[in-house]
Amino acid sequence: MDNRQKEIDNLKDYKYGFSTDIENIRAPKGLNEDVIKFISNIKKEPQWMLDFRLKAFERFKQLKEPDWQKPKYPKIDYQDLYYYSAPKSMDNKPKSLDELDPKLLETYNKLGIPLQEQARLNGIAVDAVFDSVSVATTFKEELTKQGIIFCSMSEAIQKHPDLVKKYLGSVIPTTDHFFATLNSAVFTDGSFVYIPEGVKCPMELSTYFRINASETGQFERTLIIADKGSYVSYLEGCTAPMRDENQLHAANVELIALDDAEIKYSTVQNWYPGDKDGVGGIYNFVTKRGLCKGKNSKISWTQVETGSAITWKYPSCILKGDNSVGEFYSIAITNNHQKADTGTKMIHLGKNTKSKIISKGISAGNSDMMYRGLVDIASKADNSRNFTQCDSLLMGNKCGAHTIPYIKNKNLKSNIEHEATTSKISDEQLYYCNQRGLNQEEAVSLIVNGFCKEVLQQLPMEFAVEAQKLVGISLEGSVG
Amino acid sequence: MENNIKLNFENYLNEKNFSSSQKEIKEDNFDNFIKNGFPNKRIEDWKFSDLKQIIATNFDNIDFSKKEKQSNIDENLTVDLEHNKIVFIDGIISKIDFSYENEEKVVVEQNSNLEKELSENSLLNLNTAFVSDYTKILVKSGYQLKKPLILFNFLSNDLNNIGLNARLDIDLEDDASLNVINISNENLNNNFLNFRQKINIGKNSILKNYNLDINENSNFKYSFKDINLEKNSHLEYFILSKGSKFLKHDINCSLNREYGSVVLNGIIDLNEKKHHEIKTKINHNEENCKSYQLIKSTLNDNSKGVYQGKIYVNSKAQKTDGYQLSRALLLNDKVEFNAKPELEIYADDVKCSHGSTSGNVDEDSIFYLMSRGLSYEQSKKLLTNGFLNEVIEKITNDEVKLLVKKLMGINE
Repeated sequence: MDNRQKEIDNLKDYKYGFSTDIENIRAPKGLNEDVIKFISNIKKEPQWMLDFRLKAFERFKQLKEPDWQKPKYPKIDYQDLYYYSAPKSMDNKPKSLDELDPKLLETYNKLGIPLQEQARLNGIAVDAVFDSVSVATTFKEELTKQGIIFCSMSEAIQKHPDLVKKYLGSVIPTTDHFFATLNSAVFTDGSFVYIPEGVKCPMELSTYFRINASETGQFERTLIIADKGSYVSYLEGCTAPMRDENQLHAANVELIALDDAEIKYSTVQNWYPGDKDGVGGIYNFVTKRGLCKGKNSKISWTQVETGSAITWKYPSCILKGDNSVGEFYSIAITNNHQKADTGTKMIHLGKNTKSKIISKGISAGNSDMMYRGLVDIASKADNSRNFTQCDSLLMGNKCGAHTIPYIKNKNLKSNIEHEATTSKISDEQLYYCNQRGLNQEEAVSLIVNGFCKEVLQQLPMEFAVEAQKLVGISLEGSVG
Repeated sequence: MENNIKLNFENYLNEKNFSSSQKEIKEDNFDNFIKNGFPNKRIEDWKFSDLKQIIATNFDNIDFSKKEKQSNIDENLTVDLEHNKIVFIDGIISKIDFSYENEEKVVVEQNSNLEKELSENSLLNLNTAFVSDYTKILVKSGYQLKKPLILFNFLSNDLNNIGLNARLDIDLEDDASLNVINISNENLNNNFLNFRQKINIGKNSILKNYNLDINENSNFKYSFKDINLEKNSHLEYFILSKGSKFLKHDINCSLNREYGSVVLNGIIDLNEKKHHEIKTKINHNEENCKSYQLIKSTLNDNSKGVYQGKIYVNSKAQKTDGYQLSRALLLNDKVEFNAKPELEIYADDVKCSHGSTSGNVDEDSIFYLMSRGLSYEQSKKLLTNGFLNEVIEKITNDEVKLLVKKLMGINE
């Protein structure tokens, strides 16, 4: 067997499917004020934070779970979930990595995320989130020198309450939709990033999320603030163990870009997708929203979605500042029984705002892929422009690919262009590759990678390689 | 308003002697309508046109009781081509003229038996509840009409705050062909008109249907068409949406057998506070079918245009060709254009694409024309006419093409 085949076989199975035996502290099962108080209490949060949560919970009680989405799922019993789960060894937070539970370190090594800084060559600062708490943040000192704050959300609430108070909930208010409000009430941890004025963050910042405990939902909250003239590139990766139950992941991510600032947010989402027959897997119901608050600001979302049983998310940009730019690059791949309903929203409010949407959807097996997007140009957003392109590739006739763009234009000086195509890999393309010595699977992988290239090249180097492999692997066995 | 409609319905049931089964169908449909009311923006299909709101702001009351007496019709609408015609006044047939045809082959009949159905669309419920007898045009197998058929729809001048429900079915048997032009001449009062049409196109048959909403009127109209195509049949559908205050075209077209094809072209040309919508759904249910849609809109003053189009491809429908393009020109800063071009595809060997653009007329082109001596307004007119002319040129019946051009004020 050649090396390539070995590599494929090695990668084929969901290799992050192990679970780590770690003693956990959990909040009592269920969702009520006491649980919220428990979470707030265990994290030693100030009163204003608890009030924030309780206010959100009040609102949550009045909201109805949405049901307009395409992928339907069995009703989630919100009282049958654990809303807080943390490794016991985190109870007294270790001062340094040496004190960290070796089992935790081992887990992250298995995942290919060594937390020991000396082991890092490519210099990415990592914040690792395990179930409900952030376990380690690397490269802290170097970042602190530049005035960059990169820490867990809980730490930020303690140490930088002014920033958190000012910006938390300013893009996704506590009164937003069902899952966002749930998150506001029970969020446990996540990353906090603040880039001070004029600073270009010298390295990629990265968060790694892992769901380990069973019957838990993960509700993390990420807040990134780029002050005037700053720049940051942020990466996010996710995995979960294989379980035959569905686990809920409802995160909120808020980005705020002030004048001339730029935020680049990349996600490689590889949550456990469930097995061949669609049993188990993660429900990935995430709210991601960026606000281009200042003039000339820019927010760019790049996502590679290969995991999760159901992906349901729309990373959005609110282009409020004049001349601000929003970008969305997405590859979504669904196989077996996976379902995805994803896309973006570009809300143009300021003058001369520009947005670009490139979405590539690939569906195989019995899966269902949907692009749903909104482009809304308000009546005051003069000279705004949008370009949208969404292409879908179908493999087999048991899968589906759908495109639903909502296009609203209220400004005569603005232009919106939208185009979409749906096609399959043609026999001619395959024949051409076969003829030149590639086998069927290699040929498909090559063509698909070409199809996705526009998006893949937006990813930072370290991620691009991994993502390219992931694209190939996700489609194994779907052709021929 | 609800109580009034209920009263109208009770009177109407008492007046006409329906058989018990028909009565039941009507009552079921009416109950459904009362339960759901006029559709509002919470219903996905009505997201951009909140009819409930529109009705509430424009009507104090709608009277659904039928008026038997007809009076004062402006029948002076002359159409400059040889044609057959059926004239409807307030939804009731007043004249049938098929002098150019073999009258045995074209049958126009009145039918009062409605099939049992309960749609989710509350306006169809309303239609079924209030339509007592509907017209059916049947073209017999192998017959091809020599001249186009014009369906005139007139409203009496004194009709005001009236709700009118009408239904007209067209059946083409195998190997038949028919050109139909719908022309309406309506009054300047507020009325709510709810039209429904069921069209079946048999094997190897061709239907060309041109819908011209050209005369200025203040009516609020909903037009639902259910079109089924058999093997190797063809539909050419054209919409000119211009005159009414509110108009929603709702077209549900199913390609049920192989080799069917649909060409659907539309123009929305609005001024003042008009609000028009074209909603299409093309269902590709079998292999080797084609559909082609082109919708162009020009919006002036305070108008609002909406296009919602959907191409649905069943998993059996391999080798499907589906194409959809919507383009809009926004000509005033108070206009609004919303589009939702959808693809829902379950088969892999298909070619489907859609495009949508909206924007302003190209300033460079205006500059080019002005530098050659045209005024700003003239240049703009020339450009928008050119923009819309692309759609008109797609009309395959030359006489109709000329008629539409004349109505639009476009010179050769």
